[in-house]
Amino acid sequence: MESGLGLWGVPLAMLAGAIRVSTPFIFVSVGECLTERSGRINLGLEGTLIMGAMSAYAIALLSGSPWLGVLVAAAVGVALGALHAGICQLPRVNDVATGIGLMLFGTGLAFFLGKPYIQPKAPNLGAIDFGWWSSVPQVHQALQVNYLFIVGIVSAFALAWALKNTRWGLIVRLAGESVDAALAIGVPVGRVRLIATAIGGAFAGVGGAFLSLYYPGSWNEGLSSGQGLMAVALVIFARWEPVRCLWASLLFGAAGAISPALQSVGITQGYYLFSAAPYVLTLALMIATCSPERALRGAPGELGAVR
Amino acid sequence: MTAPSLVSAPSLELISFSKRFGALAALDDVSVKIAAGAFHALLGENGAGKSTLVKCAMGYYAADEGEILLNGRQVTIDHPRQAHELGLGMVYQHFTLVPNMTVLENFVLSREHLPAVIDWTVERQRLKDFFATTPFIVPLDTPVADLAAGQKQKAEILRQLYLKRGLLILDEPTSVLTPDEADEVLSTLKQMTRDKLLTIVVITHKFREVNAFCDTVTILRRGKLVGTRRVAELDNDSMAEMMVGSRETRASVEREQRAPGKAVLQVEKLSVADTVGQLAVEDLSLEIRAGEIVGVAGVSGNGQRELVETLAGQRHAEAGAMKVHGEPYTATRREMVRHKIACLPEEPLRNACVAEMSVAENMALRSFDQPPASPDGVRLRRAPMRDAARRLIEAYRVKTPGPDAPIRALSGGNVQRAVLARELSSEGDLLIVANPCFGLDFAAVAEIRARIVQARNRGAAVLLVSEDLDEILQLSDRIVVMFDGRLALETPAAAADVGAIGRAMAGH
Repeated sequence: MESGLGLWGVPLAMLAGAIRVSTPFIFVSVGECLTERSGRINLGLEGTLIMGAMSAYAIALLSGSPWLGVLVAAAVGVALGALHAGICQLPRVNDVATGIGLMLFGTGLAFFLGKPYIQPKAPNLGAIDFGWWSSVPQVHQALQVNYLFIVGIVSAFALAWALKNTRWGLIVRLAGESVDAALAIGVPVGRVRLIATAIGGAFAGVGGAFLSLYYPGSWNEGLSSGQGLMAVALVIFARWEPVRCLWASLLFGAAGAISPALQSVGITQGYYLFSAAPYVLTLALMIATCSPERALRGAPGELGAVR
Repeated sequence: MTAPSLVSAPSLELISFSKRFGALAALDDVSVKIAAGAFHALLGENGAGKSTLVKCAMGYYAADEGEILLNGRQVTIDHPRQAHELGLGMVYQHFTLVPNMTVLENFVLSREHLPAVIDWTVERQRLKDFFATTPFIVPLDTPVADLAAGQKQKAEILRQLYLKRGLLILDEPTSVLTPDEADEVLSTLKQMTRDKLLTIVVITHKFREVNAFCDTVTILRRGKLVGTRRVAELDNDSMAEMMVGSRETRASVEREQRAPGKAVLQVEKLSVADTVGQLAVEDLSLEIRAGEIVGVAGVSGNGQRELVETLAGQRHAEAGAMKVHGEPYTATRREMVRHKIACLPEEPLRNACVAEMSVAENMALRSFDQPPASPDGVRLRRAPMRDAARRLIEAYRVKTPGPDAPIRALSGGNVQRAVLARELSSEGDLLIVANPCFGLDFAAVAEIRARIVQARNRGAAVLLVSEDLDEILQLSDRIVVMFDGRLALETPAAAADVGAIGRAMAGH
């Protein structure tokens, strides 16, 4: 099949890839953004992502309804997030260590429970066809936009709005900026963080559901390959702004789509090198944005405070 | 509009307050009566119990004994929120506004009963209307982190007024302000007490402010009430005597008359970025000669911290050069040893010590890799380290359980002494000190200042960075004022005009 697009296929494939690949990034980073704005880091989102992927796939397979799977993935995320928050509220618990523990726990549990679902094929989530007007198959395919991508965009903007304009948003930020000030006003910091972490977990769970139910669209143990962790790094890069999390996710999605896009036009050299693009990008961004002498502007005041 | 949002001033009486922390009686049967609309000062040294008293009154601490009468009626205050509901507010020495939020957000947040969705247009208008009734205003949409110290303090006070607090307790409110800013804030508050809109209790150790603004003063000493007087009845000498009791203050060390020697430290067009990447020190040039103390005055946050960190090797310069004894200096350990540079930064427990290590180890931080502590630069020998520490502890009268006690167990003044002992023991050619007496009591202050003058008399070049203008005036041979990262004024101490220095500190 001759495409007729030539090298123009690369940006087009990258656009399509950005939409597909970025969706889990959007969900995890927007959720983590909320959690971190409340003053807590949840590094366990990688585990939540994989648990979400597994449970969504299993439920979709058993019930035949992929959307029920998404719902269950969100519930699993809430449970894992609440578990993290609950443990962190115990005295002298470090949230980074707890997060790493829960990451391993979530991953291991998902592999253990998910064994029976590796072979069967579950129903997929649908997509909206924005490319109906085009007769070029690549364009048509690139503009297949999945529902969750749209949900992700909406939730990024909604979260940005809520953090600025609602009582609830101000209270979350206050808990993240200054425990002293929050307590003086009578804000129950622990409960605020519990809720923020649980909702953050729900987002990560939905991100996992996307992985197993839309793209790549199957359940196996190599599904996530660290996307949950990269999304946490993304939040720092995005300076804790939900809308910037969205743009950063799209950037990462596009980087992740470079290598399949090049392959689709026949450039196979350096396939693995290009596959590493998102990881190299993560590293480069972290180096570029971090400095031992400068504090990150926009970082919530209570974040990373070790007690 | 005629000040609709302000309530009238209450009277407050604290009766027989006692509070013990373990074996220490922080407050012992202290009673204070503050009339409605009074401007009342609480005066006392560090540890006299001023803060403990007001924190008990505000419900931060539970007093062991004591009753509170507000407007003559007995009230119970077990929690700060109860105090707030009764219209009592406190402005702290450190800032409590959230730095990453705007002034508007901070004010709205602290209000009770926020609506679920906040209508910023309405809130902004409401705050603007409120500011129309207040003596000073602050910009609404600036993040608090970007406000100057004086503006932050004003914002803290305005927020208390916005929350309709009729009695304000101010804990050393002017410690971060220039003299002019302090006068502006205090005189407007004074006017409000005259109009019976406010009652003010101010914790201070500045006689000038007591004399200029306060009606009555209560003096505490070591947890006990010395007395409450009308300010008009007291002069400075009797106030000082009530505050410190009959105690001999050590005479400050005679400064030798000596002409400054060769230039030891030369700073040329130095620019340094702060923690958010903005230039905190800009194009600063400074020279310090042997045998002179150069005092750097200025309100905190004008680049002094970054300057000291750069000289101490904790921060790199964006541009410019430093020279010591005419050679380029980049603040490496090797250069500091060679040029005999000693440094007493502010908050020494954080900036110059390893809190968990012992006093002996901390005292050896400069010399642990040289004989006798280390015969070959690889092995460490404890015994010589401990002996050296014992000598320093003795010579500098560091109060410690022993050389092996962790240094974090020491009180602030003794950490200060321990670091000063370490830094001065090498008989350095260049001594860099920042706020060396912050938070110390009279005796410790006199002693540390004497040590600094001694170093100068012996021929060391001393850079003294201090927020305490009296300290600068007392110790310096030459005074420079830092404002906004630059030198705003340079004058010999002998010819110093305090008014000009104050104006330079305020950027005029």
